[in-house]
Amino acid sequence: MTAPRDKLGRPVVVVTGMGIMTSLGTGKADNWSKLVAGESGIRTITRFPVDGLKTTMAGTVDFVSVDPFSSTALSERMAELVTQEALEQAGIGAKADFPGPLFLAVAPVEVEWPQRRELGRAVGAQDITYDDLLRISGGGKYTAYHHRFMFGSVAAHLAETFGTKGSPISLSTACASGATSIQLGVEAIRRGETDAALCVATDGTVNPEALVRFSLLSALSTQNDPPQAASRPFSKNRDGFVMAEGAGALVLESYEAAIARGAKILGVIAGCGELTDSFHRTRSSPDGKPIIGCMNKTLADAGMTPDQIDHINAHGTATPENDKMEFNTTSAVFGDLAQKIPVTSNKSMVGHTISAAGAVEAIFSLLTLEHQRIPPTINYDNPDPTILFDVVGNKARDARVTAVMSNSFGFGGQNASLILTREPA
Amino acid sequence: MTEIASKPGQTEVWITGIGLATSLGEGLDANWAALQDKRINVDEKGFAPCVVHPLMPVTFDSQIPKKGDQRQMEAWQRIGTYAAGLALDSAGIKGNKDILSKIDMVVAAGGGERDLNVDSGVLTAEVKGANAPGFLNERLMSDLRPTLFLAQLSNLLAGNIAIVHGLGGTSRTFMGEEVAGADAARIALARIASGESDIALIGGSHNGERKDLMVLYEFGDFNLKDKFAPVWARKDHAGFALGSAGAFLVLESRAHAEARGAKPFAKLSSVVADLARRKQPGDMAATLEKLWEKLPRREGKGAIISGATGAEPATSEERDFLKGHADFPVRSTGTMFGHTMETQFPLGIALAALSISRGALFPPNDSTGTEIEMQGAPTQIVVVGAGHWRGEGMALVEAVS
Repeated sequence: MTAPRDKLGRPVVVVTGMGIMTSLGTGKADNWSKLVAGESGIRTITRFPVDGLKTTMAGTVDFVSVDPFSSTALSERMAELVTQEALEQAGIGAKADFPGPLFLAVAPVEVEWPQRRELGRAVGAQDITYDDLLRISGGGKYTAYHHRFMFGSVAAHLAETFGTKGSPISLSTACASGATSIQLGVEAIRRGETDAALCVATDGTVNPEALVRFSLLSALSTQNDPPQAASRPFSKNRDGFVMAEGAGALVLESYEAAIARGAKILGVIAGCGELTDSFHRTRSSPDGKPIIGCMNKTLADAGMTPDQIDHINAHGTATPENDKMEFNTTSAVFGDLAQKIPVTSNKSMVGHTISAAGAVEAIFSLLTLEHQRIPPTINYDNPDPTILFDVVGNKARDARVTAVMSNSFGFGGQNASLILTREPA
Repeated sequence: MTEIASKPGQTEVWITGIGLATSLGEGLDANWAALQDKRINVDEKGFAPCVVHPLMPVTFDSQIPKKGDQRQMEAWQRIGTYAAGLALDSAGIKGNKDILSKIDMVVAAGGGERDLNVDSGVLTAEVKGANAPGFLNERLMSDLRPTLFLAQLSNLLAGNIAIVHGLGGTSRTFMGEEVAGADAARIALARIASGESDIALIGGSHNGERKDLMVLYEFGDFNLKDKFAPVWARKDHAGFALGSAGAFLVLESRAHAEARGAKPFAKLSSVVADLARRKQPGDMAATLEKLWEKLPRREGKGAIISGATGAEPATSEERDFLKGHADFPVRSTGTMFGHTMETQFPLGIALAALSISRGALFPPNDSTGTEIEMQGAPTQIVVVGAGHWRGEGMALVEAVS
């Protein structure tokens, strides 16, 4: 049997439960079957009017309802559902008594337009200022909105529902948030603070202002018709990412604790790494050094060399800059192997689940290890000739996969990578 | 369970840099002088009926030299980026590429500074009859500044600090109101103590002069109205007065600090946090008591720096907890600086470290008897941070022996 400690003498951290939700559906089985079939979850937005918007499609989760609707309420509900799935699989602790801390990746919270409009209507027909809103906001009528729009509200709800221990951490590292939540859990277990951690990432923020914000930064695809063809990672005609919703939950445990309770081990978080890029708020340093450093740190953390990685689950947003940068930096780290290792981008089908993406894609990577089958990158009809990845284009591919690198890069210079393996090294 | 490889707490962690930009002033001397004089900068008129502690104006150019960078930020990010620069200066590592390229950052942040005119314009047009399906979309597409989003994103405070000061290690942003500040300190301390990290920049910033935030807190009737009073004297007139402040700290392993000849203000011995359910009266006080028990106990003169907000019932519960530790003189940052939300806990640690390094606790400013005079130099100060709604944190700051 393998050792409970890694090459650096730290507890090996394993995954014993996973839950997932994307625009493709609910749960691992449904998501995986659609993912390997090359189905797209991207559709024309029906949640709100799209008149006047340049981008009219997204990977919305429309099959979960919350009332009253807010992006934060949807994020919370999705997080709750994926956590239930993960806990059922892990069979850890007791009901509402998870034996470890919660690390939650969640989109920044703010009062949203439906609620703001409700206030406006309550003020009445006049020139409305914030002083008017302030005047009518107190007195207990809107107490629920205070709780709803606290940044810590989703984590507090999950912590109370599932009985996680200590102070739950709500975090944002933009598009790397999901990976960061896993990294925080890994570190807590490696430090010996806990035997188990619950790492959850959720994002339900397809709303008008969020769409406008990314649109104004020219980050979104505008290939609205057909929506399923909008997300085109590594293609010559890629023109931006597609906003999407989803959530992922992972139960992490020390290998020793998992074995001791007879838990089924779904995979290993062999390495984590992150490195800040101080070049620009939305663009990567042109030399790619921070991303290269991030990948190298992750390999070192896992005690592995590039030739031991046999699949890369790319950040692959389908923005013109990201995909090119990802190939260049991967080449710098992996050399010629960058053109031989099969690469895929789940975002071609589920879109960019932003705060959730790192966790959603870590789960897809673990399912890839389990099934020994790599999901395709769909809409790959017109490969970018300057991106020489071995893209798993359009059709899933059976492959021997022992170690996956999953990358996440975000606004604000956030870079994070994970290495996931089937067995402890 | 077998013996763990890393032993948290074995490595001593020093506070080697402090950066403060608050309603009382910028830098350690100005803040210390104001505390000595019991000077409070409070504005009862500008945001009436809400009371605020406005930022004492600073020259942002001195820490954020490029105007282009300043334009890319809203006030909360400028305040934080400024205070972070002061902390790096204070630690003597500003511009030190070797150290800054590896420093780990954990920032406690809110976000979402709104463009009030855009919001008001949309709401006014709508109540006056604009009801086309795409009205909101079109107004947002035409009226929002393209870069406003970046000034709203929580993790862009850390992003701006990295860009302006050239930080290239790791960067994590914690959200979740008051306790986010405690968790930022807790995680950074654990990482340094276990050897995962040598040096970290932690802290937060808050712009209290924001009507959109006042509306949010008004939903829960949390705003202090009309007239200022020390937090302990607000029982019949409860609420918090938002404050503007940036507070950043450089935390460093003792070995790392000694190797570069850095002097400590104090050491950060322990940070703990929890989430009381707060369903029954006494729940929060019980959680604070549990956290207190987790702190290592030492002989010596102790004090407490509280981040009590003035909001109820949290403030009364915290006072009940404090009564059980009456041998520790109490000071309230909420009275002196207002409520700076995510920043309150780092601010408390900063003032604890400053008090220890200057050999005296700052004077009380309270008429209720909760705060009493302290003679002599404190050797250990407990920082208490209980959120106005959720989250409890506690830290132990000690003199370096």
